[in-house]
Amino acid sequence: MGITVSLENMEKIYERPKTLKKAVMHYCPGCGHGVAHRLVMEIVEELGIQENIIGVAPVGCSVFAYYYMDIDMQEAAHGRACAVATGIKRMMPDHYVFTYQGDGDLAAIGTNETIHACNRGENITIVFINNAIYGMTGGQMAPTTLLGQPATTCPMGREQVANGYPIRMSELVAQLPGTIYVERVAVNTPARVRKAKKALTKAFKSQELKKGTSFVEILSNCPSNWKMTPVDSNKWLDENMLPYYPLGLYKDEISGE
Amino acid sequence: MSEMLLMKGNEAMAEAALRAGGEGYFAYPITPQSEVAEYMAREAPKHGTVFLQAESELAAINMLYGAAAAGFKVWTSSSSPGISLMQEGISYIAGAMLPCVIVNVNRGGPGLGTIQPSQGDYFQTVKGGGHGDYRLITLAPSTVQEIVDYMGLAFDLAWKYRNPAMILMDGALGQMMEKVQFKPYTDPGRDISWATRGKSEDRESNFITSLFIKPEEMEQVNLQLQRTYREIEKNEVRYDTYETDDADLVLVAYGLSARIASKVMHILRNKGLKVGLVKPISLWPYPYKVLNELADRVKGFFVMELNAGQMVEDVRLGVNGKKEVGFYGRMGGMIYSPEEVSEKVEAFARKIGM
Ligand SMILES: Cc1ncc(C[n+]2csc(CCOP(=O)(O)OP(=O)(O)O)c2C)c(N)n1
Ligand code: SF4
Ligand SMILES: [Mg+2]
Repeated sequence: MGITVSLENMEKIYERPKTLKKAVMHYCPGCGHGVAHRLVMEIVEELGIQENIIGVAPVGCSVFAYYYMDIDMQEAAHGRACAVATGIKRMMPDHYVFTYQGDGDLAAIGTNETIHACNRGENITIVFINNAIYGMTGGQMAPTTLLGQPATTCPMGREQVANGYPIRMSELVAQLPGTIYVERVAVNTPARVRKAKKALTKAFKSQELKKGTSFVEILSNCPSNWKMTPVDSNKWLDENMLPYYPLGLYKDEISGE
Repeated sequence: MSEMLLMKGNEAMAEAALRAGGEGYFAYPITPQSEVAEYMAREAPKHGTVFLQAESELAAINMLYGAAAAGFKVWTSSSSPGISLMQEGISYIAGAMLPCVIVNVNRGGPGLGTIQPSQGDYFQTVKGGGHGDYRLITLAPSTVQEIVDYMGLAFDLAWKYRNPAMILMDGALGQMMEKVQFKPYTDPGRDISWATRGKSEDRESNFITSLFIKPEEMEQVNLQLQRTYREIEKNEVRYDTYETDDADLVLVAYGLSARIASKVMHILRNKGLKVGLVKPISLWPYPYKVLNELADRVKGFFVMELNAGQMVEDVRLGVNGKKEVGFYGRMGGMIYSPEEVSEKVEAFARKIGM
């Protein structure tokens, strides 16, 4: 016996952006990928650039981003998104081009492509989802996995002597003269989601300046492979990721332009 | 007719791509074809086309993927070690059904090998290279003129079938200077309705992918690829024959080896041996049929390659056991002289009772 709700006299204040397809996402409950997808697509709608944008999906949990984002997209080989985006942008300098990549994709197998795209100052936006784990393949250690954090390929926790240190990509790419905007945000609280949207908006808009690469690192969760409830994973992110990956603006050469 | 020019193979290749309307070139330097990128760096801006030196061949082939998937006429060139690095991308390009041209100026291997010419990448090119069931349309020039002629053809075939095309040549052809004429090129027209150029209101979003996670779908994609391959095999086999009409023995060679083979043919004809030559131009699809037909009336075949014997396997498939197939090869960047090969062919002729 359900409750009947009348939609009469109700004002619609929140809905699916036109730029998101009417498809049920395959992401696990509570996963930050869905939030990040929505933010990017809200921005595409608000900037009115659906006809003028090409996205590049990675290999990782977001490999099927093109099933959800209602824009023209390309699926790149694992780690090669920044090279693929470079190819697109060089041919179509007046289009918006972005990559959406996980930490394994962007900061392990694809580090070379990432660094060189940033260093050339490719006029693209890189959306980097750092969830400190390989989500898609079932929870192996990522380059961003924290010291002490267990993963299936470091079951006792990541240990520096064997596995090196977690890599801080925002700090790294901010050093490169080709980047013009670098910010690290998170999507584990509503306030942070709003901040993330502001950063992403700036990043996408910066492409109009044709001055270099914009890079937004989004700290996200992976409840399934962290083996936590979504609520616990959001707490874990606060307590463990934030100290090592401080949120904030790492480079801004666009404000005031 | 346009004027006759004297040009180095690598530079003629670049010029031909520009004249064939190539809109973008992405590459990483490697001997013996670095002149291509140097030529493009100089000339591309004059044509308003894109040139970018990538950070690696891995990046170059993925830039090509992005640009081709956006519907642009793009190409790259490299040499053996660089082409090896591109194999992942080539497989993705084939899987995503993207048209583009890749030139391999083959040098000696394996490994870092030598910068001297070789035909050691035949297997890699026509039998796979990357993972999965895919094929590369492969054209093998043997003169600088043919490099130029096949550049436009490679673009046209790639676009006609939405399949990557490779020009497989060797370092000697890239480095040699010959006279060359650029015939006027007309683009046969390209459909880019599938490409990612921005989703307009009146259509669904386009996406380019080689990922089909459901085996039922992946099988359908494979079947479509196979149908395309059968179509290419039906329409695009190319080869030249020389003096095969009265031949008792047929040499089979491509690229640089075909030039040497024609010398061998003349040496042996002067000695009274009736020798002909088949020069495959398309290495895939391979001219099996002409070899099979010739096998009904000649006494034997002799294959010469600058490798340990790779194309000879396809010659045997074509001949299908009807006649003996002899082979001589040099490796590691060494090139045989016509006299050296002639001796081997004579010995083979005696062995088969000629
Ligand atoms: C060349 C290659 N090597 C390995 C893989 C397997 N693989 C797929 S996704 C992935 C890691 C994905 O992790 P990440 O980039 O962090 O994305 P997430 O799933 O966490 O969002 C790996 C190793 C592959 N597809 N291709
Ligand atoms: S495995 Fe992790 S990253 Fe992937 S969808 Fe599930 S929660 Fe998200
Ligand atoms: Mg990850």
